[in-house]
Amino acid sequence: MPDMKDKYEQLNQVIAELKDQPGALMPVLQKAQGIFGCVPMDVQKIIAEGLGVTLSEVYGVATFYSQFRLEPNGKYTISVCLGTACYVKGSQKVLDRLSEELGTPVGKTSPDGLFTLNATRCLGACGLAPVMTINDEVYGRLVPDDIPGILAKYREKEQA
Amino acid sequence: MDIYRAHVLCCGGTGCSSSGSAQLIERFEQKIKENGLDKEVKVIRTGCFGLCEAGPVVIVYPEGTFYSRVKVEDVDEIVTEHLLKGRKVQHLVYSDHATHEQNANKGLAEINFYKHQHRIALRNCGVIDPENIDEYLAFDGYKALEKALTSMTREQVIDEILKSGLRGRGGGGFPTGLKWKFAAASVADQKYVACNADEGDPGAFMDRSVLEGDPHAVLEAMAIAGYAIGASEGYIYVRAEYPIAVKRLEIAIGQAREYGLLGENIFETGFNFDIKIRLGAGAFVCGEETALMRSIEGKRGEPTPRPPFPAVKGLFAKPTMLNNVETYANVAQIILNGADWFAAMGTEKSKGTKVFALGGKINNTGLVEVPMGTPLRTIIYDIGGGIPNGKKFKAVQTGGPSGGCLPAELLDTPVDYDNLIAAGSMMGSGGMIVMDEDNCMVDIARFFLDFTVDESCGKCAPCRIGTRRMLEILERIVNGKGEEGDIEKLENLAKTIKATALCGLGQTAPNPVLSTIKFFRHEYEAHIRDKKCPAHHCQALLNYVIDPEKCRGCTACARVCPGGAISGEVKKPHSIDPSKCLKCGACMEKCRFGAISKV
Repeated sequence: MPDMKDKYEQLNQVIAELKDQPGALMPVLQKAQGIFGCVPMDVQKIIAEGLGVTLSEVYGVATFYSQFRLEPNGKYTISVCLGTACYVKGSQKVLDRLSEELGTPVGKTSPDGLFTLNATRCLGACGLAPVMTINDEVYGRLVPDDIPGILAKYREKEQA
Repeated sequence: MDIYRAHVLCCGGTGCSSSGSAQLIERFEQKIKENGLDKEVKVIRTGCFGLCEAGPVVIVYPEGTFYSRVKVEDVDEIVTEHLLKGRKVQHLVYSDHATHEQNANKGLAEINFYKHQHRIALRNCGVIDPENIDEYLAFDGYKALEKALTSMTREQVIDEILKSGLRGRGGGGFPTGLKWKFAAASVADQKYVACNADEGDPGAFMDRSVLEGDPHAVLEAMAIAGYAIGASEGYIYVRAEYPIAVKRLEIAIGQAREYGLLGENIFETGFNFDIKIRLGAGAFVCGEETALMRSIEGKRGEPTPRPPFPAVKGLFAKPTMLNNVETYANVAQIILNGADWFAAMGTEKSKGTKVFALGGKINNTGLVEVPMGTPLRTIIYDIGGGIPNGKKFKAVQTGGPSGGCLPAELLDTPVDYDNLIAAGSMMGSGGMIVMDEDNCMVDIARFFLDFTVDESCGKCAPCRIGTRRMLEILERIVNGKGEEGDIEKLENLAKTIKATALCGLGQTAPNPVLSTIKFFRHEYEAHIRDKKCPAHHCQALLNYVIDPEKCRGCTACARVCPGGAISGEVKKPHSIDPSKCLKCGACMEKCRFGAISKV
């Protein structure tokens, strides 16, 4: 796949650019995730070799921070805010409803590969509580009954 | 410079952006142009105004008309009526929750939400365009840096900060001047200034608003700190979840370099200082100073024991001085106006102002900045507009996962570092979540423990194992399986964890449990002994019942029940079979006669 070859080239460029600055591992992992959408083992191996650190160190960092993913996300990532302000206004019920409608536990991707359902830390949009985001789209002041309609919108878009 | 007769200020903070302010700005610019007003009216994307509840917020100057919850469809009317014909659009003017007053002639300062506030850290938020350094300069920007570099010695700068009484706004409340003094006293070939912008407490977003609304204030303060302690490099560690803040910081750093306010030989004094940004990757523990520095070094963000303190051995094993965003936001003002001006505000041991993020069950969700010592009641009722839907106030949670819940009896507590600790909570970064009678305090404690268990880095046993044991007990209690003695077990575990955990995260993790036991012990006892949740929140402990007097037999509830638990004949009172009831609450939402209730 020429596309993948291109991505590996980009990764090597990033490594070459950053490898001499102190503490380069995190920025490299962040850029790598930007390129590949996640940081699977083979990408981690390249990073370890490129930066001259052990694979266990790279894996240790990649699994410590919740932002790094070892597997790709679905096409749409749904993030329901479980910050305190959203929680006291019922975001858990919104999350439960999503899990039910998608048939997916929290943290996993739906069987059709379309949606990944996440619970996130405070998004800081407390004025809109309870809040969720689907990719970059923000949905605020939600009630569980809003969920089927919102999901249908995305499913229709996919069928079209 | 072009002169305009009117300015349209649109909030470009995260809250308002989430409700579509970017589209508003686009539409305003387009409509203003269509009406040939583009030489007369300027649209400015500002930082956060603070009153997120009313977002997206638009203010039109010179009149200062405050429009709230503006939609794209409203823009045409504001342009053709207000900007073209000079007639304010009355129906879009902000309406006060408490008084229902909708006065188009009232400026921001006269509105209840702003009347009691005193803005120092937020002074430029919602006032200037954060992406334009010239606007910051016009508001005395970088004047404090110039003053420090050209007319003050390092010792004088540190002395001024010490005398001001400024304490760390990230939660610890350590005297900022002392931190600077210690770092200045360390001898090394390289020192670092760092900024903690890893704002992780749920419900706290003041640091983000400062970075989004006034990024140069933080850069200027870091440069002043660099001069004071003898550092030439600075790092800002900011959450990756704050894309707007990161973007504006990058723009601000670029502009400051261009103007020679960062870089080499600043103000031709021979002082060199530059700043790098590092992004977090979603780990709450990285808000702890030693963990944050490990993360900047590209390692797992695990805390390390202190001493050695960062002022001696910090980032890359060099002396490092780390302050929080809001702390920095006060620095330039203290240098400009003097320590006495700052120390005149606040209480005996807590000087100046504090920004709070008001959220939860409150009418005016948003950011407020008040002098230290302002009573909780003023913040929640006078500024926050009280509790919505006529519900009763139950508790206010301060200090995030490290803090506690304070009951109504303590509403008159003047808020400062020491009073909050004495009351069993803490300042934390300034999140303030209001809870009403529908919130179960045991469940809130469980919610916070769930958070800490998830965010514990796992390095030390008290935090890794202890908080999990506490969570298990709390889960049992909310599921109706609490046992006599559970409260004492929780208290015991809490005491041990507080005394033995390695870092602040673990040491303060039991606080939400301890404070809810202290003030709401009866709720714990009701769950454990009577198997009842007084707030009717915990699903395992509640039953839905139909009041036969009110039920009209419309069958709506029976049709919506997913478990087939509701039976009854048409036009006759229905009933719920508790053994089949899934407690989803769908029937209650559907009933139009208010016949279904939770017991």
